[in-house]
Order: sequence, then structure tokens, then C-alpha cells
Amino acid sequence: MEILFFLFGAIAVVAALNVILQRNPIYSAIGLIVTLCSLAGLFLTLSAQFIAAIQIIVYAGAIMVLFVFTIMLLNVRSEESKVDRQKFLRWLAVPLFLALLGEVYYVVRTVNNPPLQIPATGAAPPAEILGTVESIGREMFTSYLLPFEATSVLILMAIVGAMLLARREKEVDAAKRQAPTAEPEEETVAIGPGH
Amino acid sequence: MSVDAGFLIEALIKIIIVFHVVLIILAYTVLAERRVLAVIQNRLGPNRVGTFGLLQPFADLLKFIMKEDLIPMAVNKYLYLLAPIVTLVPAFMVMIVYPFGPTVRIPYFGQVDLYVTRLNIGLLFVFALTSLGVYGIVLAGWASNSKYSLLGGLRSSAQMVSYELSLSLSVIGAVMQSGSLDLVEIVKNQSGAWGMGWHLFWFQPIGFAVYLISAIAETNRVPFDLPEAETELVAGFHTEYSAMKFAMFFLAEYANMFTVSVIATVLFLGGWNGPFVEQLPWLGLVYFFAKVFFFLFLYIWLRATLPRFRYDQLMNFGWKFLLPVALLNIVISAAIGVLTF
Amino acid sequence: MIPLSWYLALSAVIFTIGVVGVVVQRNVIALFMCVELMLNAVNLTLVAFSRYFVNPTGQLFVFIVMAVAAAEAAVGLAIIISLFRSRETLNIDEADLLKL
Repeated sequence: MEILFFLFGAIAVVAALNVILQRNPIYSAIGLIVTLCSLAGLFLTLSAQFIAAIQIIVYAGAIMVLFVFTIMLLNVRSEESKVDRQKFLRWLAVPLFLALLGEVYYVVRTVNNPPLQIPATGAAPPAEILGTVESIGREMFTSYLLPFEATSVLILMAIVGAMLLARREKEVDAAKRQAPTAEPEEETVAIGPGH
Repeated sequence: MSVDAGFLIEALIKIIIVFHVVLIILAYTVLAERRVLAVIQNRLGPNRVGTFGLLQPFADLLKFIMKEDLIPMAVNKYLYLLAPIVTLVPAFMVMIVYPFGPTVRIPYFGQVDLYVTRLNIGLLFVFALTSLGVYGIVLAGWASNSKYSLLGGLRSSAQMVSYELSLSLSVIGAVMQSGSLDLVEIVKNQSGAWGMGWHLFWFQPIGFAVYLISAIAETNRVPFDLPEAETELVAGFHTEYSAMKFAMFFLAEYANMFTVSVIATVLFLGGWNGPFVEQLPWLGLVYFFAKVFFFLFLYIWLRATLPRFRYDQLMNFGWKFLLPVALLNIVISAAIGVLTF
Repeated sequence: MIPLSWYLALSAVIFTIGVVGVVVQRNVIALFMCVELMLNAVNLTLVAFSRYFVNPTGQLFVFIVMAVAAAEAAVGLAIIISLFRSRETLNIDEADLLKL
């Protein structure tokens, strides 16, 4: 059981480091996908089967596809910035990161008492129905109905917002401006960018 | 849960058997496609190699292995080599949840379940792996560093992602009726009415139709195969691939077809159910394969018969028609479930 | 038996990697991916606590967080696309003026 935690944890950390250290954004995206999948594995070790499946379907299978599409459509290459005004931040980040790791280590060492251990799987009967769809669904549709409905409104807003933001306004107007000169025998010149 | 050696060995043996059986079925599906297409088009298919062409898959395999393995100069090598793997591995990983048959009695081993494992989120597992298969196509299109591949890859994956929505929504009716996402449980729920109490007849005809259409779009087959049709974009995302890597894409496509057929039989056609299955459990295996082969034949039949959609017609259809119909199916199924409770 | 603090430590490490990424990265899309990394680290914490207290509310919270992350990713990428259209570069150092 610990082997699974160390395996998935190591893969997650290495892939996360890959996300921030790679130059090419496609490789960062692949690193993030691997992180998400190893996190799904960790969720499985925590008896959260539904959340693990949803993580792969939604996060790794839909959100990251969106990211990869955007990177490909914008044809992003790994570019070195001409004006790197904040290079000193890179030299500051690594020592601070190590400092935080030291703090995490200290917390883990001092608070690692037996009473805080996770109960063994199967020892407590409620744990067997913990990660199932039924338990989450029951909670969601009775006590937490309002967040569920609010989430659906939020997603609707996101759809409308994304469509509005990514619309090609300027190209449509430019095409309207060009149309009169391209086909003079069909349209009068009076149809211009007046609207 | 105790994981002992007996459990592991049994699982390993089952995995090996299932993998080989499905691989052979896939190889012969390729041959069957060529023969059936040929018969429908009033000609003979490959019938030289072995009687009736039955050794043709081995000839194809030899050809694929012996071909020169090209890596074009301008491709992104790392992603180019990764893409077929990312397409093939999820397509084969799904096999462990197929419910091939009921519990049978094998003389030496006792009671054996004819499925490798039984996950209580079995259906979500299948959808998760199908979503991961999109990456192989996207990465193949990008890595090949050519216009046709990139366009084909983007179109193909956009189509797959769009139809995944109506795919997932169309199965909710059947899931609601069985009360579980476990594939074995869904099959057992359809065992009423002397083995003919299938979800297809019991209130899910719309769900079945939507599922079938979405699944054909999901697997990039005719009439939805614009992104990889030979007459359109050269060969879409796998233009730059040859030999074994192309074989991997090819195999993954057929494995996806097989997965979709299995899920269709499990969810809507009753899986291993049929007349007299309780008395003779091995008959369940026969029924299962008969139904799955029917769906594979349906795929091939559609390929021979239908023209293909244009890309904007395809996307319009998926978003503006199939998605609302799938949602409507959920509402109707829920209403029927409440009324007949 | 894995102590709860190990999961929390792993989550803290991933979160920190995300924060370092947000601070250091110059590419807008990679920066956004580091934000998603932070969200996932928090998801791990929530699920670990949900397992420890044997309470499905933690997993429900993760579900809602994922839905919010999906909505945020869609809108964020739309913003990035319109940013790219006006500036032709994805370097966030170039986007430092309020006016175009």
C-alpha cells in the first residue's frame, strides 16, 4: 500500500517539476496531464473512486485537451523573452522553495503521531461506501443542493463568457469592409463599415 | 482487502487469455471488414492467403513488421513516438472490465467469473480511458509537423470531445435503471423476462440510438470519419506514420470499435443474457459474442453504405441535435422510472 | 497504513511547485497550468481529509472545485486567446499596460 503512495507521489512531483521547468509549453501540458493522472491514482488509494474517475474524465480528458488545443492553435513555440525584467525572481524562487520544503519536513516529523493515521481500509464499515457515487450523490442532492445549482449557473456563465471573449470581432468587420471592393457589381459602395 | 497470490495468479491468467482472445478477434475483424465490404460492393475480398483468406491477418502483420520504420526529419521525435503508445494503451486497458459471461463452472478450478475484474465504477473507467485516447490523436497531429496532420488531428479530436458529451449522457438512462455503474450489475439487471428483459426494449430505445450514433462519431468511423478519410486530408493525423506505428493506430481504432460494441451490448442489449442462460451458463458467452459481432458487422455495413458528413454538419449535428436529445432521454427515463416505481 | 500527514506533505509540495511556477514562468499558458496545479494540490488535501474523517462531504467539495476549475479554464483560455490576438505574443511581461 505504501508502495502505491510513493510511486504515484514520486511521479506527481517529477511531472509537476516538469511543468515549471520545460521551455516548450506542449511538454508542460504533458507534464500536467501526467500529474493529473498520478493524482487520480492517489485518489484511488484514498478510497475516492468516483473522484478519481471524474478527475481523469474532466480534468485530464477535457480541461487539458482545451489547453492543448489552445497551445496548438496559437502555435506557441518555446520563445526566449526579449525583455526578461524579472530574472532575479528565478534566483529567489529556488531558495524559498527549499525553505518551504524544510518547513513541510519539520511539520511532518513533529506531528506524525499514531492517532493521526488514516484508518485501515476495510476496518471501519463506513469506509467501504465512502467513495461511491451513491454517497456523493446523496449528499449533493439533499444537503448541498444549492452549491450544485450554483455550479450549473456558473458553468452557463462560463460558456457565454468564453464564447463572447473568443469571438473574432475584428475579422468580421474587416471582411465587411473588404466586400464592397471585391464585388462592385453586386453591392453598392454605400454598404461600408457604417454598422 | 487482502491481495494474496491466488488472486493475483487468477487475475494474471485471465488478463493473458482476454488479451489474446481480443487481439485475435481484432485481427480477424480487419479481415472481415475487407471481405464484407467487398461482398457488399459486389467483388471478392482478399481470399488468396489461406482458405477464404483466413491467414490474411498474419500476412498483414508480417508486412507491418518488415516495413522500414521511417521517422521523418522535421517531426518532433519525442511526441511522434509517444502518440501511438498513448492511443494504444488506453484502448487495450479497457478490456479488464468487459463482462464476457456469467459465473461458470470449470472442472478443475471451480466457479470462475467470466470477467477479469469488477469495478463499481466500471462504466466511468471505460469513459475515462476513452477520454485519454484523444491525446494520441492530438499529439500525432502536432508532432508530425505538417499541415494535413495538424488539421486532421485537431478536427478529429474536436469531434471526439464533442461527441463524448452525448455519449456519456446517453448511457445515464440505462445506468439509472440499473442503479449502478458496475457493468456486471447492469447486465444482471437485464435478466428478467426469460433473458430478454434488455434495456433496449425496456424504455431505452432513444438512449440506444443516441449512444450508437455518438459512439460511431467517437471512434472516427463512417459516416463521421472526415478527419481521416483518404480523399479529404490525405490520411489525417496518421499521414506521416508508417509500418508498426501506423499498425498501432489502426489496431487502436479497431479496439475502440470493439469497446464501443461491448458497451452497447452490455448497456442496451443485455450482455450475456438470453434464453436459457441460467441453465447453461456457457451459452451466455455465445450470446455475448454474437451481439458484439452484430455490432461490428453494423459498423462495417455502415461503412459500405453511407457517405460521410462534412465537418460543420458533423459538429452541428453533435451539439445542436444529439446533445438535446440525450438530455431529453434522461428526463424521459427518470419520469418512467418514477412512474413505474 | 499511511499517515495523513504524508498526503498533506505531498499536497504542500505540489502546491509549492505550482506557486513557484506562477512566479517564475513567463508564458501565459504555462502560468495558467501552474494555477491548475495548485488547484489539484488542494483537491488532494480535501480528499485525504475526507478519507480520514470518513465523510463524503470532502469529495463533494472536490467535485465542485473541479467544476469551477473547468469553468475557469474555459474563460481563462478565452482571455488568453484575445490577449494573443491583440499583442501577438504570449509573454506575460509584454502585457503590463492597462491600455493597448
